[in-house]
Amino acid sequence: MIQTFAFYLFAILVIASGTLTILARNPVHSVLWLIVSFFNAAGLMVLVGAEFIAMLLVIVYVGAVAVLFLFVVMMLNIDFAELRAGFMKNFPLGIAIALVLLAELILGIGAYRAGALKLGTPDGTAAPMVGQSNIENIGALLYSEYLFLFETAGLILLVAMLGAIVLTHRERATAHRGHQNISKQVRRRPEDATVNTSPEVGKGVSL
Amino acid sequence: MIGIEHYVVVSAVLFVLGVLGIFLNRKNIIVILMAIELILLSVNINLVAFSAFLGDLTGQIFAMFVLTVAAGEAAIGLAILVIYFRGRGTIAVDDVNRMKG
Repeated sequence: MIQTFAFYLFAILVIASGTLTILARNPVHSVLWLIVSFFNAAGLMVLVGAEFIAMLLVIVYVGAVAVLFLFVVMMLNIDFAELRAGFMKNFPLGIAIALVLLAELILGIGAYRAGALKLGTPDGTAAPMVGQSNIENIGALLYSEYLFLFETAGLILLVAMLGAIVLTHRERATAHRGHQNISKQVRRRPEDATVNTSPEVGKGVSL
Repeated sequence: MIGIEHYVVVSAVLFVLGVLGIFLNRKNIIVILMAIELILLSVNINLVAFSAFLGDLTGQIFAMFVLTVAAGEAAIGLAILVIYFRGRGTIAVDDVNRMKG
C-alpha cells in the first residue's frame, strides 16, 4: 500500500517539477526544479529495486547540475539584489519544500523497507531478480559481460573531459613575469646549462 | 497495483515535457540543455522500469551508459557555451548565425 502511495507521490512530483523546470523564468530556478525532478526520479527507481542506478543518478546528476547552476550564475547577468529582494517572501515556501523533501525521503525509506514493488506482468508471473543484492548483480554483469562497453564508457568520459579542457583553455597572450614555459623547462639538459673550464691562475672566467 | 504501464506513462509525460521545454525556451540555450537532460531522465526511467519488469539487469547497465553519455554531453555543451559567450558576449540562440547555417 505504501509503495503505491510513494509511487504516485514520486510520479506527480517528478512531472510537476519537470513542468516547472521548463516554465520557470529564471534559469537558476529551472536548475533547482531539475534537481528536485532528479531526486524524485531516483525515488521511482528505488521503488523497483534499482538502488544503484538511483544513487548514481543523484550523485552524477546533482553533481553535474550543480556545476550547470554555477555556470548559469557566472555567465548570465543575474541581478543578485533582485534575487535577494524576495528572500523573506520566499522563506516560508523554502521551509515548506524542505519539509516536504524530508518527509518524502523518510517515506521512501519506509517504502523500501516494506519490500520492493512487484511489477505485475500480463500473465501474472513476475520474474524475480536472481542472486544477491542489486549492486552485486550489476557489478557481476558489468565486469564480465559488459567489460568492453564499460571501458568504452570510461574512454568517452576521458574524451569529454579533454574536449572540455581544450575548448575552454585560454593561453595568456602576454607572458607576464613568472610565466612558466613547461616544455622549455623539461627540454633543459645539464650539458646546455653548465660548462667546465680550467682557467689559468690569475685569469678570470668569461661568462 | 502499480504495473509497468504506470512507469511508462510517467516516462512518456516527462519525455513530452522535455520536448515541450525545447520549444518553449527557444531563446535560452541553458534551459534547452536542461530539457535534454529531462528527456534522458525519462529514457532512464523507462530502461530501469523495463529492467525490473523483465527481471533482466541489462536495462540498468544500459541506463548507466546513458548516464555516462549525458554527463559527457553536458560537459561538452557547457564548454561550447563558455567559449561562445567569451567570443560574443551573449548566448541568445537567435544571435547564433556566425556559420551562416
